[in-house]
Amino acid sequence: MDKNRKIKSGIIYLILVIGSVIMLVPFLWMFLTAFKSTSEATQMNPFIIFPTVWRKEAFLSVVSKMNFLRLYWNTLLLIVERVICAVLTATMAGYAFGRLHFRGKNLAFSLVLFQMMVPSQIFIIPQYLMVSRLGMLNTSFGLLFPGLVTAFGTFLLRQAYMGLPSSLEEAARLDGCNIGQTFLYVMAPLTKSSMVALGIFTALFGFKELMWPLVVNTEQNTMPLSAALAKLQGQFETNYPELMAASLLACIPMIIIYLIFQKQFIEGIATSGGKL
Amino acid sequence: MNRKSKVSRRERSEFLWGWLFLLPTMAGLIILNIIPIFQTIYQSLFKTGAFGKGNVFIGLDNYGQLFSDGTVWQALWNTCKYALVEVPFSIAIALLIAVFLNGKIRGRSIWRTIYFLPMVAAPAAVAMVWRWLYNSEFGLLNHILRGMGFSGVNWISNPNIAFISVAVVGIWSVIGYNMVLFFAGLQEIPRDYYEAAQIDGADGISQFFTITLPLISPTMFFVTVTRVIGAMQVFDSIYMMMGRSNPALGKTQSLVYLFYKYSFIEGNKGYGSSIVMLLLLVILLITVIQMFCQKKWVNYS
Repeated sequence: MDKNRKIKSGIIYLILVIGSVIMLVPFLWMFLTAFKSTSEATQMNPFIIFPTVWRKEAFLSVVSKMNFLRLYWNTLLLIVERVICAVLTATMAGYAFGRLHFRGKNLAFSLVLFQMMVPSQIFIIPQYLMVSRLGMLNTSFGLLFPGLVTAFGTFLLRQAYMGLPSSLEEAARLDGCNIGQTFLYVMAPLTKSSMVALGIFTALFGFKELMWPLVVNTEQNTMPLSAALAKLQGQFETNYPELMAASLLACIPMIIIYLIFQKQFIEGIATSGGKL
Repeated sequence: MNRKSKVSRRERSEFLWGWLFLLPTMAGLIILNIIPIFQTIYQSLFKTGAFGKGNVFIGLDNYGQLFSDGTVWQALWNTCKYALVEVPFSIAIALLIAVFLNGKIRGRSIWRTIYFLPMVAAPAAVAMVWRWLYNSEFGLLNHILRGMGFSGVNWISNPNIAFISVAVVGIWSVIGYNMVLFFAGLQEIPRDYYEAAQIDGADGISQFFTITLPLISPTMFFVTVTRVIGAMQVFDSIYMMMGRSNPALGKTQSLVYLFYKYSFIEGNKGYGSSIVMLLLLVILLITVIQMFCQKKWVNYS
């Protein structure tokens, strides 16, 4: 019996290890390739796993072609703007949907649900034409544009507000708070964990978005990392050390942030994903 | 009387505050999402020349062209094939890992961190590194295969296997996300269910099928629906991995890829709009079928 259990847990650990290796090898290979020369990366006999000399040429060359400081800044700006817009608008709308009773609420909420069911590509052409007509192509506002409000976030925050006890609200009302004060001082602070979840969700998906930046920001100095990587690949299709160096530079900040805040990341995704 | 006016004052105040709070979101939704839906429908009735010039009304001709366009049907089939590989495997593997991590296991948070890692990487970077791993001459995968005495595989240029190679990247990217959702679902199953089963002599595998699977079915349903919708919209990995001269492109390009190509590379936004309408229809259809089928297997206790 005991031996049996040991074998079983051994198998579980073995599967977990093999899985982890598959998860990590692409990152490792990205890292190792970035420090090789082109000839080293494409050498077959012998096949080189670790660079013989850790070269930084690929990084230098990539940094001279792409202004990474600018790209980091554009990406950071996009993320921060989107998170602020999403959390602010969704907190307010979520409170109205979750706690208040008024005419037209159900109709308004059906629009939120409708938006969530429709594939987002359906909005892209008209949104692109709007940004273009406003003369805002290649601006940071253009990147932010589809993220000004969030149906998903509104739904998430509504769920959070609906889970709060109504006794708090009544107590605040008896103390003479109007609805705005009740929201600001009593209710909104209680949904902080959902706000954090929405913030992480918004930041992650803003960072990962590819099609919208490809469409609206085609100039090097205003595009975010994702679009810049796509452009780089188009130009230097076979220079793998450079492509890997650029990928590494693009991924490292988010990986570091994730490793520091992994608990918040995983809980944020679990709550925002699971509540839908 | 006094009481009634108080109630109606309360009602009026809720009405005003409610709409004040909704104002930014509703204005944004209407401008950014609701109006664009109608604009896309409207646009799909036009033929758009290069650079958006010459918007000519052609009625339903785009849809007529769509139905006779073999590329579109092939793309729809490619998208479905992709989903049929990505969704079941990403769900099964994620569930397995989540069940392992829910048991008595050392270093749970380390495992979780590793499996979730691909989720925080930019899809463009992920696609580039996989393209490099898949490289038929110098890629790591073929090198390992050759080392074991097999011949190399044209992972992304062989039309018969390229969609699987792309789906593998999709699976690899999304396992962590599914795992986190399953893990959260598993945590809600009371421990004593398993203890009772253990006393009855049920082993791990039968516990999985009699306790875990039925109780996790609501999470499973949610993950399946969202994953199917996500997989039907696959774009990033195909755009980044399949070069335009790749012989396997025709057998891997997805509907969204075609939408992007027609709308923003060839400038025919009218035809692009009709493709996205087809996508909408397909996704709605699949979702409705799933909603209908959930009664058969989802267990809400």
